[in-house]
Amino acid sequence: MDLKELYRDVILDHNKKPRNFGALAPPARHATGHNPLCGDRLEVYVQLQDDRIEDLRFEGAGCAISVASASLMTEAVKGKTLAQAQQLFEAIHHLLTDQAAPTPEFLGKLAALSGVREFPARVKCASLCWHTLNSALAAPAPIAVSTE
Amino acid sequence: MSNAITLSSLTASPVAPSVAQPLETQLDRIRADFPILSTSVHGKPLVYLDNGASSQRPTAVIDALSDYARHTHANVHRGVHYLSQKATDAFEGARETVRQFLNAKSCKEIVFVRGTTEAINLVAQSYGRPRLQPGDEIIVSHLEHHANIVPWQMLAQQTGAQVKVAPINEQGELQMDALAALFTQRTRILALTHVSNALGSVFPIRECITLAHQHGVPVLIDGAQAVPHTAVDVQALDCDFYVFSGHKLFGPSGIGVLYGRESLLQAMPPWQGGGDMILSVSFTGTTYNELPYRFEAGTPNIEGAVGLAAAISYVNAIGLDRIGAWESQLLSYATEKLSQIDGLRIIGTAKHKASLVSFVVDGVHAHDLGTILDQDGIAIRTGHHCAMPVMEFFGLSATARASFAFYNTKAEIDALVSSVSGAAALFR
Repeated sequence: MDLKELYRDVILDHNKKPRNFGALAPPARHATGHNPLCGDRLEVYVQLQDDRIEDLRFEGAGCAISVASASLMTEAVKGKTLAQAQQLFEAIHHLLTDQAAPTPEFLGKLAALSGVREFPARVKCASLCWHTLNSALAAPAPIAVSTE
Repeated sequence: MSNAITLSSLTASPVAPSVAQPLETQLDRIRADFPILSTSVHGKPLVYLDNGASSQRPTAVIDALSDYARHTHANVHRGVHYLSQKATDAFEGARETVRQFLNAKSCKEIVFVRGTTEAINLVAQSYGRPRLQPGDEIIVSHLEHHANIVPWQMLAQQTGAQVKVAPINEQGELQMDALAALFTQRTRILALTHVSNALGSVFPIRECITLAHQHGVPVLIDGAQAVPHTAVDVQALDCDFYVFSGHKLFGPSGIGVLYGRESLLQAMPPWQGGGDMILSVSFTGTTYNELPYRFEAGTPNIEGAVGLAAAISYVNAIGLDRIGAWESQLLSYATEKLSQIDGLRIIGTAKHKASLVSFVVDGVHAHDLGTILDQDGIAIRTGHHCAMPVMEFFGLSATARASFAFYNTKAEIDALVSSVSGAAALFR
């Protein structure tokens, strides 16, 4: 197994310079993801406009795979409808767990994560952000709190 | 030592206990005793540096397990037939081997359990639960493994007692003055690790025990990380409870030991009920068995005990003094070489350390390090090491940990250093 298959340039780049990094204030929805194996913690914030994901950010510390995966996810999902996001989630799930799965065109840059499936211990690192996004989408929209 | 299996394996061992040569002069022969050490991982020779999680087994242990299954197995303490007696002799022989290993006064003080975790739970529930009252206090340290925190938290919840935490300093050393200040009239037990699994710090347990006894408080010592590295004498320590696991001591998993001072065990109710822990049972009442069987309900892990005894005999044959001397060289060498890597920081710099190094590398998460090292055939532990309060203390979510055993070599540390340097370069 070539490590470069796992740590592709796209992954290293997104790990070093995570996109959409930070928090969104309420009424953005929010969820926390935990990887109990490593103690990593991920916060995902999502702003919905009807059934469209208008904005999406994440925060947290983690391994290169989890940070890059979250960063790539925010780029891929931003602006998509809930149905499109769900389609991406399912495609990513296949990509990470099914050795024989072809890589659909619409995954775009997310295809860089395909090397992860050769490292079963690391699949959770890549999927944590997606599960956290799902939790955030399922969470009730919080009431905006003003601190003025 | 009445365990014939163990003795016959030992006779075949190339290492004689009386030989006073430094261990490193016999490393090749010692390594040949551990079949797994000559295997390959991802096409590279295995470099096994995860001994703190679980250690490897010598042929003497593998053979003891196999011989037991081939020639000895039956249930213990029950049958009048030949094999039952033979299995009972092997099991009780193993108990005697453990007694000598810890220098306990009596085999009544040696209870076989599944491991360190079960031993601590047993003490918390059987010693602690009937005694503790609301407002009573349990002291642990900030450096404990979850196994020496959670059972006490559960006990506190059940009884209304509270858990107090003895602080550590930036080096990962126990702050003795602060520990001393925690004792009150309500302190009922002190539970401390002997050697920290996350950082390697060696606690001054003799002083801690003396201190606790001045307050009339019994002490449980978690020896899981200590027994592979240093000789333990529970009488010299004046220890009340000392617990450890077989699989970190080159033995099988699923077997461990609770040493308990006889007078304390005698006053403790059974933890689990079942066969073997009774003298007589009727529906009007049950008479419990004597020590240590009162705490060994059900058919025990017989081969586990036999394997553990074989492991102890093997370690004794090598000699813990020689093991300690070689491991301290490994620790110094690893500390020096790893420190030279740009951006690497060692977490835990206690004056007294067992042979393990916990570290972080700037820009490289421990999990990525673990995966990269694995591709080079190097096994280390990465993560929170089941010691999340320790990680929190240092403001980290994870570290990489290389933990050494006496069979490790300086060449393996060179391989570790080279692989860590490569990983650091990949992420720069």
